[in-house]
Amino acid sequence: MCTLGGATVTGMPADTVSVTGWGRTAPTAARLVRPRSYEEAASAVRECGTRGGIARGLGRAYGDAAQNAGGAVLDMTGLDRIHAIDVSGGTVLCDAGVSLHRLMEVLLPLGWFVPVTPGTRYVTVGGAIGADIHGKNHHGSGSFARHVLSFELLTADGEIRTVGQGEPLFDATAGGMGLTGVILTATVRLQPVETALMSVDTERAVDLDDLMARLTATDHLHRYSVAWIDLLARGANMGRSVLTRGDHAPLNALPPRARRHPLAFRPSRLPAPPAFVPEGLLGRTTVGLFNELWYRKAPRARTGELQRIPTFFHPLDGVPHWNRVYGRGGFVQYQFVVGHGQEETLRRIVGRISEHRCPSFLAVLKRFGEGDPGWLSFPMPGWTLALDIPANLPGIGAFLDELDEQVAGAGGRVYLAKDARLRPELLAAMYPRLDAFRSLRRELDPRGVFTSDLSRRLGL
Amino acid sequence: MKDAFGIPQSLLILGGTSEIALATARRMIVRRTRTVWLAGRPTPALEEAAEQLRALGADARTVAFDALDPESHEEALGKVFAEGDIDMVLMAVGVLGDQALDEREPVAAARVAMTNYTGAVSSGLVCARSLQTQGHGSLVVLSSVAGERARRSNFIYGSSKAGLDAFAQGLGDALHGTGVHVMIVRPGFVRTRMTAGLPEAPLATTPEAVAAAIELGLRRRSETVWVPGALRVVMSALRHAPRGLFRRLPL
Repeated sequence: MCTLGGATVTGMPADTVSVTGWGRTAPTAARLVRPRSYEEAASAVRECGTRGGIARGLGRAYGDAAQNAGGAVLDMTGLDRIHAIDVSGGTVLCDAGVSLHRLMEVLLPLGWFVPVTPGTRYVTVGGAIGADIHGKNHHGSGSFARHVLSFELLTADGEIRTVGQGEPLFDATAGGMGLTGVILTATVRLQPVETALMSVDTERAVDLDDLMARLTATDHLHRYSVAWIDLLARGANMGRSVLTRGDHAPLNALPPRARRHPLAFRPSRLPAPPAFVPEGLLGRTTVGLFNELWYRKAPRARTGELQRIPTFFHPLDGVPHWNRVYGRGGFVQYQFVVGHGQEETLRRIVGRISEHRCPSFLAVLKRFGEGDPGWLSFPMPGWTLALDIPANLPGIGAFLDELDEQVAGAGGRVYLAKDARLRPELLAAMYPRLDAFRSLRRELDPRGVFTSDLSRRLGL
Repeated sequence: MKDAFGIPQSLLILGGTSEIALATARRMIVRRTRTVWLAGRPTPALEEAAEQLRALGADARTVAFDALDPESHEEALGKVFAEGDIDMVLMAVGVLGDQALDEREPVAAARVAMTNYTGAVSSGLVCARSLQTQGHGSLVVLSSVAGERARRSNFIYGSSKAGLDAFAQGLGDALHGTGVHVMIVRPGFVRTRMTAGLPEAPLATTPEAVAAAIELGLRRRSETVWVPGALRVVMSALRHAPRGLFRRLPL
């Protein structure tokens, strides 16, 4: 850490580090504090200074949600104890810094699974509430915070409050991107499972209309459902996809050998990519080739295949630091949702992305169920599309702005946990309960202690 | 805050009537920038420039700033940073001077050096400190290819830009890891008021092209940007040309 002129510049202590989100764009410097107790967390909040502080978990938010330029970033992963598990009732009380990976390691052998998991296990419980994450089961189970019975929140005054489901502060915090306070512990309702394996049905959809028809007709038959979509496919193939839908496999679906240890959870990991990867590795040619192979290798229709949990839910977790493959320039994730009845907008956007030749190999489409009570929660009943784009793609900024306009015009929204570039003017149209959120924050945190780069950029 | 592509929401321009700076501001306003501070001598031209940016939808404000008065920099620029974070500072103060006249008039030559170099040193340090406190931001310094190797035909201007360039390189290293990004922009011959009437050099460019290069540099978080890019190779060759040969070149 260099300081300009050493002691002549104040306010830059030696524990200042450069922080980015998972997309590795827009680095800013912050003082990193790693509380090891609730008291340390409380004093860190009281002493975080004029530029405020923000909690950070495992840094999987793609954009600038867990960055705070010039202020404090509270690394909550030091608070990682699981306090109590109710094995018969199916709830767990744990610190906010516990990862879903850890919960799976502990809970699966007991016959329980997390209620909602995103595409990575390496998120913390606190982050899962703050971003009100969703998973492949959103159409039936809703977002993560719906399964949270209560949590303890460290607020701007340094006090710890217990907040239960249904309270305004609960709904402001669920999806509130850490701006209402620091979550310290949470009680989460769990999902019972007989085995640690998934019974998976795979099918191909030849184009976007085929995909939407299949999802609409049969999504409700499965607990988990998602489609990988080839956004580089053009013409008649536009929107061709591979649907994977699964359920927790019952014990009697396992072959005899596997029945001996039905709840074993042993994820394997490959070596990480090197720290320096040349940029432009994932261009239109390589991604186009990948997408072609990925689509071709998928079976036209296959039912009842047994897959392990990491294979089904978290394929990318097998490669640590996979975000490095985009090189130094990093990448942006764009995820939006438009409501039912806005299929035409979705079609138009997929068409625009395909015309623009965005080299995206992680694009997924999902049909959301009912919206969630969090004021800034992302899901709404309808269609959500998520794609990754290298940040160095020419013209991508203006292109995404154009998509934002279409999304906002259709009454949809983009996901704040992934955002790194939204035009602030569109926020209020996308999140109608933003005013309530702002006024609650003004009341609870008049000095603006909880601040992040995201909140500065969007004026949250 | 800058977005994922390095586009600032707020911009401070030192030398608020610079054509390159205003072309950059226009480009940024189209993308994201809402607040623009134009720092410069309080002239009708400065107000007019602000008015033009307002017409594009920006909240453009002016602040009195004199590069030749380093004592005033702390206060004038401090006022700007006190109003809110500045995501990007564009240092565009500069005069070309008149080489022939300046060689005869040492005081006029010193003015060129003070405007281009010492003024930038003091204002650059003031901005750097504020940016460091806020933990983010880009400091974009308009240098020149003329600073890469001083030429007989404009060594007074060239030497001042050489000083500025070296200062900015060192500042960039000092600020590495503080969240502040220093980017040096080295344009060749740019067609502006400053160069009006001069014989055009090869690889001449426009303020708009420099603005586009700045936008690209911000996205890539570049440390040095040549405009046009080919000048990097040309200047590298010139830089290594033996003195006796370089002196005879018609530059």
